[in-house]
Amino acid sequence: MNELPLKELLYKMADDQLILGHRNSEWTGFGPLLEEDIAFSSMAQDKIGHSLALFNLLHQLGESEPDTVAFTRNDTQFHNSIFTELPNQEYDFSLIRHFLYDTQEAIRFELLSNSSYEPLAQVARKFRGELRYHTLHANTWIKKLGSATEESISRLQKSLDYAMPYALGMFEESPFEKEIIEAGIFAGENEVKKRWLVRIEETLSNTSLILPDWKIINPIIGGRIGKHSEHLQPLLEEMGEVFRIDPGAEW
Amino acid sequence: MINISIKQVYEWLEEVKDPEIPVLSLVDLGVITEVEIDGEKVRVELTPTFAGCPAMDVMKNEVIEKLRSRGIENVVVEISFRIPWSSEFISEKGKKALKQYGFAPPPSNKIFTDLEILENGICPRCDGSNTELKNPFGPTLCRSIYYCDSCKEAFEQFKPL
Repeated sequence: MNELPLKELLYKMADDQLILGHRNSEWTGFGPLLEEDIAFSSMAQDKIGHSLALFNLLHQLGESEPDTVAFTRNDTQFHNSIFTELPNQEYDFSLIRHFLYDTQEAIRFELLSNSSYEPLAQVARKFRGELRYHTLHANTWIKKLGSATEESISRLQKSLDYAMPYALGMFEESPFEKEIIEAGIFAGENEVKKRWLVRIEETLSNTSLILPDWKIINPIIGGRIGKHSEHLQPLLEEMGEVFRIDPGAEW
Repeated sequence: MINISIKQVYEWLEEVKDPEIPVLSLVDLGVITEVEIDGEKVRVELTPTFAGCPAMDVMKNEVIEKLRSRGIENVVVEISFRIPWSSEFISEKGKKALKQYGFAPPPSNKIFTDLEILENGICPRCDGSNTELKNPFGPTLCRSIYYCDSCKEAFEQFKPL
């Protein structure tokens, strides 16, 4: 099979993890309480580690070294969903994004652990266990704060309403959707989305939060084809700043 | 041909410790998933506990150094996800070492079907279960933070995975 569909799949997932990993790391030193500071910092480390594993798979398929790929591309060459590049804002938005994104990611790698592309299936089986800690963390806080005080509920609801069109953009379909499904590599974006809706609805049903009617929402897409918000390029400049001073440095 | 057995290589690797938990060898941690001897070459397959583990390069170099110090020049260490690490791979000896070091060893990963049960950590000091999970994330990716209500002390647990 032509390698392009596989590469497209790997790039979009690796870029999601790298960019959200970087956003998570911005909570280091700023968490609302020490435990959350540690949690977001740890999840940052997991996500960046996961992106490295996928960039290594891409490297085996002939793409550049992971560091070069991560730190030298411009925003139009990134395939992450716009959702992952949005600034952290207040903790309520970061928590909602963590919940919506990680539920999606956990489902994605559960499905990919049966991928016909064995190197990806191996990586997915590894991620699957680790991601359970991310969803455990997200679900615990969503359940707690989603039924706590008037302020915590209204803040989370506002963030959920704001996040939903971006979150639906995570499922922007690839031009190779049909090929990749037929080759047994991946079950496809629609399958992930279907399962995601069931799972987030189930968690939210234990809270006072209301899932916006997703059927009438227009997803905010474009990230997968390199059309990003104004927030991505400044992030990339900061993330790659040290690397670009001396790309050949030995660490 | 070099005249050593795979068993001998494992014995030498017992001397290489986890850089973050110096009482635990890589063998007891269960991250050595294969050793192969092919003529002059020794190949060691190493799997990370967590994919983002920053200690991988250190472990890799220590394996190479250890085997070189035993006279094996041609050492290849491959980092692989072929056999994903599980906390079930930690040996009984490894679990004892963890406990002596003050970490709660991981409970069976079977509890993973229902993560709420993670709240029942066993305190490594008093062996009691009057504890609560404070944070599924800790000072390293493979550890979580608990609080023992009997000892009035926090402790870390090696995560089940």
